[in-house]
Amino acid sequence: MTQDARVRQRLWQQLPLLVGLVVLWMLLWGSLSLLNLVTGILVALLVTRVFFLPPVELSGRFNIFWLALFLAKFFGDLVFASFQVAYQALRPSGISQSSLIAVQLVTRSDFVLTLTSIALSLVPGSLVVEVDRERSILYLHALNTRNLDDVDAVRAQALRVEYLIVRVLGSKEDVKAVTS
Amino acid sequence: MSTDDILTLIAGIFLLLGAFLSLAAGVGLVRFHDVPSRLHAATKPQILGLLFVLTAIALEAQSWSTLLAVAPVLVFQMLTAPISAHMVARAGYRTGNLRKDELLVDDLGEAIDRVTRTEDDAVGDMVDPDDPAAASSARPPS
Repeated sequence: MTQDARVRQRLWQQLPLLVGLVVLWMLLWGSLSLLNLVTGILVALLVTRVFFLPPVELSGRFNIFWLALFLAKFFGDLVFASFQVAYQALRPSGISQSSLIAVQLVTRSDFVLTLTSIALSLVPGSLVVEVDRERSILYLHALNTRNLDDVDAVRAQALRVEYLIVRVLGSKEDVKAVTS
Repeated sequence: MSTDDILTLIAGIFLLLGAFLSLAAGVGLVRFHDVPSRLHAATKPQILGLLFVLTAIALEAQSWSTLLAVAPVLVFQMLTAPISAHMVARAGYRTGNLRKDELLVDDLGEAIDRVTRTEDDAVGDMVDPDDPAAASSARPPS
């Protein structure tokens, strides 16, 4: 009975990954057919068995409204910062000082930590050099920080990204922690 | 001007924007001084550049199969670029390929110093006389 329940729970946790792999398989083949679906499921099962990874702990929350806000901010930042870094690369004076900045995140979830790092890394101007997973500290390299106000701005920006990601799919405890 | 012409024009603009960002990335790679700064130039503007080029392709081809082939390209680029950048930056920091004189703030260096100092204390009782708080300061930087 408990064994059954555990197997079922594991299957639910793995399901998003399996569906993702099947969808990817069909995208790579570029066609929707029954044969693709069946081979996709087989390959997905094989891949998750052979390359075993600890399951991602999802919180079970998902908020579309905050996802839209996050994506809007993310693409806004991406466009703005890309042209900013391009300008810094091309202007005659080049870049001035950069900084390595420690950012203490609120969350303890590996998933939120990973997503925050990826989102921060994709936006130009910040780069994750080191992650302290136990204490949830990110060490960011930021370009062109002329004074301590710029450093604080980078920190605030990172926490803002974490706030939005927690609002999209963080656990209830994390939401409480970031909103307080 | 038909809608097709307009779409072609938009696709052309997107291609040029993508090319411009890739060019800027190349210039930054040459002009910036140390590993982390170069990584900014090498991995970042190129993500948006790729997004522009792929959008141009999708606009020009106007077929679902192209869109479905293009989407994984972007997703994989977005998933792998931060990780490779992180690994190279990490290795760069540890091998000293970093201009410390150009850093305004170096929280990571301080954190590493603190950890190595507390480890020394634990091993050989070698408390730094100038810094009696060294052993008790292994807290996360705020």
